[in-house]
Amino acid sequence: MAEETTILESSEMILNMGPQHPSTHGVLRVKLKLDGEKVLDAECIIGYLHRGMEKIGENRTYPKYAPYLDRMDYVAAVTNNLAFLEAVEKLLGLECPPRAKYARTMLAEFQRIASHLLWLATHALDIGAMTIFLYCFREREEILKLFEEIFGARLTCNAFRVGGLTEDLPAGWLEQAKAFTDIFPSRVDDYEGILTENRIWLQRTKEVGVISAANAIDIGLTGPALRASGVKWDIRKAMPYESYADMDFEVPVGTRGDTYDRYLVRMQEMRQANRIIRQCVEGLPGGDFKAKTPRVIKPPLGEVYHSIEGPKGEIGYYIVSDGSTIPYRVRVRPPSFMNLQALAQLARGHYVADVVALIGTLDIVLGEIDR
Amino acid sequence: MAEAGIALIKIAVVLGFVLNLAALLTWAERKQSAVIQDRIGANRASVFGLRLFGLFHIAADALKMLTKEDHVPQTAEKFIHGAAPFISFFFALMGFAVIPFGDVLRVGGREIPLRILDLNIGILFIFAAIALEIYGSVLAGWSSGSHYATLGGMRGSVQMFSYEIAWGVSLLGIFMVYDSLDLNRVVLRQGDLLWGVLPKWGIVTQPLGFLLFLAAGMAITKRVPFDLPEGESEIIGYFVEYSGMKFGLFFLTDFVLTILISALLATLFFGGYQLPYLEPDGFRFPWGATWSLDHYTVVFLQFVALVLKIVFFCWLLLAVRWTYPRFRYDQLMDLGWKVLFPLAVANVILTGLVLTLIE
Repeated sequence: MAEETTILESSEMILNMGPQHPSTHGVLRVKLKLDGEKVLDAECIIGYLHRGMEKIGENRTYPKYAPYLDRMDYVAAVTNNLAFLEAVEKLLGLECPPRAKYARTMLAEFQRIASHLLWLATHALDIGAMTIFLYCFREREEILKLFEEIFGARLTCNAFRVGGLTEDLPAGWLEQAKAFTDIFPSRVDDYEGILTENRIWLQRTKEVGVISAANAIDIGLTGPALRASGVKWDIRKAMPYESYADMDFEVPVGTRGDTYDRYLVRMQEMRQANRIIRQCVEGLPGGDFKAKTPRVIKPPLGEVYHSIEGPKGEIGYYIVSDGSTIPYRVRVRPPSFMNLQALAQLARGHYVADVVALIGTLDIVLGEIDR
Repeated sequence: MAEAGIALIKIAVVLGFVLNLAALLTWAERKQSAVIQDRIGANRASVFGLRLFGLFHIAADALKMLTKEDHVPQTAEKFIHGAAPFISFFFALMGFAVIPFGDVLRVGGREIPLRILDLNIGILFIFAAIALEIYGSVLAGWSSGSHYATLGGMRGSVQMFSYEIAWGVSLLGIFMVYDSLDLNRVVLRQGDLLWGVLPKWGIVTQPLGFLLFLAAGMAITKRVPFDLPEGESEIIGYFVEYSGMKFGLFFLTDFVLTILISALLATLFFGGYQLPYLEPDGFRFPWGATWSLDHYTVVFLQFVALVLKIVFFCWLLLAVRWTYPRFRYDQLMDLGWKVLFPLAVANVILTGLVLTLIE
C-alpha cells in the first residue's frame, strides 16, 4: 500500500467539555479527543462536587443524616431519603403502618415523574428543542407545589422520618394530587406529540448510543437505562417495598437499547407512575401515619444493604451499625455513578453533538456521583 | 448631485427599515417564543411605569450591549477578532441593495426606481453578499483561539458549502420561468395572470423550488434546526469569545439575515411588492370591476404589501425555531447534498421540460 499523503496537516484535538458547560448537567468534565467532529476517545473526570457525604454519615445520628441525602440526587430527594430510611427501618426491624406505606409510595412516584420531567426537559434542550423544556417545567412546578405543601420545601425536602411520615397529609392535598393525575396523561401526550414522531428527533436519537443487554449488565446500569436495553429488572416488581406489591402497573422495556428507546421507556414510566399515584390516592388507608419508634434511634449491632428503584436506577445504602446512635459506616450505591460509566464507551465513534445527547440520555446528577 | 442625494435617501430608508425590523424581531422572538412556550416573556423594562408589552427591552438590550466590557481573549488574533462581526454585519446588510421595494416613483417629472441598486444580475449580487457574510463567522471562530469557537467556525463554513449550491440551484427554475436575473423584472413578471385569474407568483409556478429555497434559506440564516455553528448546548458557537456590542452584531446579523431571506422569499415566490390585480392605475379585477387609484396610493400599497409579506416570513422562520430540535453535523450535510441538491436539480430539469412543452 502506498504511503498516505495529505496536503494539509491534520491532528487530533483535545476538547475539554466542562466542568463549566451548559450540557454536562452539573460539573461533569469530559475530556474529548476529536478528529474533526468525531470522538476518538472520551474520558470522564468527576469529583468537582465532592462533599464527603459518606464520611458525614459517620458523624451524624441516623435521623440527622437523612437531610444530607437530599443533597445527593437533588432532583430526586424523596427517593434518596426513602431508601436510607428503609435501610434504617430494616436495621431496626421496624414496620411502617399501611397509611405511611401508601403515602410513601405515592410521593416516591411523584418524585419519579418530577425527575423524569427534568430529564426530558434538559435532554430535549441539549438536542436543541427548547419549547419542551418549558412545558416540562410547567408540570414539574405542580409537583413541587404539592411537595411544598407536605414537606415545606420544594427540592431538598427531607420527606420522611424513621417509621413513617413527619406528619399526616394536609387537608385537601389528596384532591390536588388527584387533579394532577387527571391532567398529567394528556400532558405526556403533548410532549410525545412534539418529539416521538419528529423526524429530526428520530434522527438524533435512533441508533445513537446503543447498549446491548449483556453490556448494560456488565457496566452495572440500572433503571430505565437498563430496561431500554431489554432487561426487565425493576426492584419495585422484583423485591417489592412499601406498597408496590398492591399496585397494578407495568414495567416498560425497550428492545434496541438506543437513545430513542431510553426516551420511550421513560415516557412510559411517567404514565405508569401516574397510574400508581392514582391507585394510591384512591386506596389510601386510614390509621396512623407513623409507627411507634423509640425516641432515640439506636439500631442493634449489624449491617444492612437496602436498595429501591429510584427514578435513575437502583439507589441503595449499605449501613454498618455498631449499636450506637451514629452509623459506623455508610456506603451509597448511586445509580448515576454506575450509569455514567457507560458514557466513555458510548461516545467513541459518535459526534460531538451526540456526546451531549448521551449525557442527557444517561440521566445523571453530579451531586450523586461525587457525593 | 440630485442623483447622489436620492441614492443616499434610499439607503437611509432601507437601512432604517431593516435595522428597525431586526430590532423589533429581537423582541418578537422573545414574545413569540413566550406564547409558544406558555409563559409571559419579556416585560420587565419600563419607562415611568409604562411597560408597552416589553418593547423597551429593545432599547435596554442595546444599552446593555453597548456598555458591557469588550473582552478580547489573550489567545485571539486581535485584528481579525475585532473585524469579524463587522464583516458579518456589513455583508448581511449589503444584500438589501437590490431588493425592489416598488417599481418606480414619479415625482416632479423624475422617475425614481424604488431600490438602491438597479442591477441586471441582482440575485447574483445577493449570493455574493451572503457567501461573504459567512467569512465573518469563520474568521470569528478561527481568530478566537478557542476550540469551541474553532468548531463553530468550521461548522459554519461546512454548512455554507452544503447549502449554498442547493440554494442557488433551487432558484434556477425561477429564472427560467421569468427569464431574468434582475429582481425587479422577476417581480414585474409575477404581476401577470395565469388563465386570467391566478397571479403568476413564484409559489404557483415553482412550488418545489419554494420549499427547497425555504429549507436552504433557513440553513443559511443559521437558525434552528440548522443552528449548528451556534449549537449553544454543544459548542456554544463561533461567537463564544465575544462580548458586548461585537456579540450584539453577530446576534443582529442573524436577524438581518432572517429579514433578507424573508425578503427574498417574498420577492421571488410571493410576488414581491405586487398585490393581486393591482395595476399601476388601480385595481382591475378579473370579473371586470375596476377601482382606479392615483400613483402614490399604488406605490404605497405595494410597499405595504411587501412589508407584510416580509413580516409574515419572519414570523414563520421564528416559529420554526421554537418547534424543532437541531440536526447533527453529518445529518445536515446529508440533507444538503443528498436531498436538497438532487431535488433542486430535478426541479430545474422538470421546469425545463414543462417550459419546452408549453412552447
